[in-house]
Amino acid sequence: MTGHSGTPLVEMQDICLSFGGVQAVDHVSIDLHPGEVVGLLGHNGAGKSTLIKILSGAYRMDSGEIRINGKRAEITSPRDARRHNIETIYQTLALADNLNASQNLFLGRELTTSVGFMDDARMESETRKIMQRLNPNFRKLNDPVSALSGGQRQSVAIARAVYFNAQILIMDEPTAALGVHETQMVADLIQELKKQGLGIFLISHDTREMLELCDRVSVMKNGQLVGTERVEDVTEDDILSMIILGKAPERAA
Amino acid sequence: MSDISEGAARPRRSFVNQLELDLRLVGMIGAFVLICVVFNVMSDGRFLTPRNVFNLSIQTVSVAIMATGMVFVIVTRHIDLSVGSLLATCSAIMAMSQTAWLPSIFGFNLDDPMNALLAVMIGVACGALIGAFHGWLVGYLGIPAFIVTLGGLLVWRNVAWYLTTGQTIGPLSEPYLLFGGVNGTLGETWSWIVGLVAVAFSVWVLMQARRNKTAHDMPVKPIWAEAVVAAIIAVAILGFIWILNSYDIPSGRLERIFAARGETLPEGFSTGYGLPVSVLLLIGVAIVMTVVARRTRLGRYIFATGGNPDAAELSGINTRLLTVKVFAIMGALCAISAVVASARLANHGNDIGTLDELRVIAAAVIGGTALAGGIGTIYGAILGALIMQSLQSGMAMVGVDAPLQNIVVGSVLVLAVFIDIIYRKRTGA
Repeated sequence: MTGHSGTPLVEMQDICLSFGGVQAVDHVSIDLHPGEVVGLLGHNGAGKSTLIKILSGAYRMDSGEIRINGKRAEITSPRDARRHNIETIYQTLALADNLNASQNLFLGRELTTSVGFMDDARMESETRKIMQRLNPNFRKLNDPVSALSGGQRQSVAIARAVYFNAQILIMDEPTAALGVHETQMVADLIQELKKQGLGIFLISHDTREMLELCDRVSVMKNGQLVGTERVEDVTEDDILSMIILGKAPERAA
Repeated sequence: MSDISEGAARPRRSFVNQLELDLRLVGMIGAFVLICVVFNVMSDGRFLTPRNVFNLSIQTVSVAIMATGMVFVIVTRHIDLSVGSLLATCSAIMAMSQTAWLPSIFGFNLDDPMNALLAVMIGVACGALIGAFHGWLVGYLGIPAFIVTLGGLLVWRNVAWYLTTGQTIGPLSEPYLLFGGVNGTLGETWSWIVGLVAVAFSVWVLMQARRNKTAHDMPVKPIWAEAVVAAIIAVAILGFIWILNSYDIPSGRLERIFAARGETLPEGFSTGYGLPVSVLLLIGVAIVMTVVARRTRLGRYIFATGGNPDAAELSGINTRLLTVKVFAIMGALCAISAVVASARLANHGNDIGTLDELRVIAAAVIGGTALAGGIGTIYGAILGALIMQSLQSGMAMVGVDAPLQNIVVGSVLVLAVFIDIIYRKRTGA
């Protein structure tokens, strides 16, 4: 159905999660192949972010199964997700405002000297290197990130996700806070990472952007999966009706 | 008016600017110096006598040690209202250990160094354990720290009472009393040696920082500015040692010391107290806590969690365990403070550490620790403790009425935080 062969990078099967009485994610199955971008679309509260947070370890699913490279994976914390080379760029960016860029980039995975102290010098020079690649205008390495602009903060969050050789990248509204130029930079980055064979889950509200960036899109409504379509098979209108009406486009069987 | 003066100050880099001093630190030191000068004038020069500086130092230590731990607690957006009571419990445990429990179990003499050592180890372990228990209630059971430690304030105050059946426990072990102040000082020679080592260490730290900056192409201040900073630090350290050394041990006491060694006091012999062991202990705690805050994962995670708990959690930091660790450190420091406080008084009294929680929180907050979390320094908290103590004892010396003293201290706390808020708005930090 997808046109891909081989083992998927990620398979999430029959995932359920409810908060109180609300079924936030209701028997959803999606998958992701190497070098593929899968978009998740839906209204606010459709369950996209919740589904993705299960994969990134922020939430624990009630039932279902996650397989990474065909093998069953237990993901119960963000640390587990990182161990499976899953990196996430959260909508909120998840930066500690009082720390600077390199302290945020290496948070939870600090480089240390031989005696176990923070190797701030090395972390800073590594940060400088990756920022050179992602956002050459970035200079404020020593200021707390609260002093940075929205785009700069975003590039710190992106740098954190791509620095550690992610295999699976989750991007939750990565361009929401960005200007035109910076949005294009993110689009270029996604293409580059795709070429490197990463699998990317992308969440966005911008349907047109999604059709440009993604290989497949999955649409969710009220916690359920409406359907997954290859972008060349559908029009923007099809997608919109999936989002709004929750109906998969009709096609010849 | 103000526009003109600001405009005039901007273009040239002033002398102070080039020194690149931490403005907040300079402000606090300025406030401290101001307090000292004002009280010295009002008390006809009695405030800055070697005797009073000595007393001020040993009175500050107990609160200052706890304040360094309170920085971590407040930085992680918690609060600990139980430190004074926890100090009392630790003090009671240590007093009972050395006077009753250990001698009866191991047959130790009261003044056996092993007796004192073991008592301190038991006390610190109990403090850390009780702190960890607080942290577990806060981190794992989700009870607000305010409530847990408010309960702790009542519980531990009365556990202390229960342990000692309300009696004052004393006298305490001789080696234990070394941490109290007058009973444990280094003497003139060793004080100078410690002072010189401290100066050498400070210069080394400054040089290291400069080398680090140049290695990463970051701008450094001119070398003369470094020299000025180093000179200021050296003068401050050696001046402090000099003052402490000038506080002579009274001749009656000297006679007793010589008599204890089986010697007689030579005619006209006098010597200064020098650096108290308790102050040395505080310096040690300050260095360790600063290293933890700046150079270790634990410190990084404490500040990250204070800045954004969700982000810390999503970065794979176990924030619950971190809470346990932070409160355990606080508990251990309460025990260390308990050693200093009870050794200074030479016995364990029922009311030891009463209201210390407020002094400790005030010291941390005056020292620039933000209750919103994520911001705070160890040296700031110690300076805060020093400012609080000098206000308190200065007013007592000048003869301010007791109720007025507390009115002033309370107002200063509020004012200090207000000034800090304005400072932060101006600098955008």
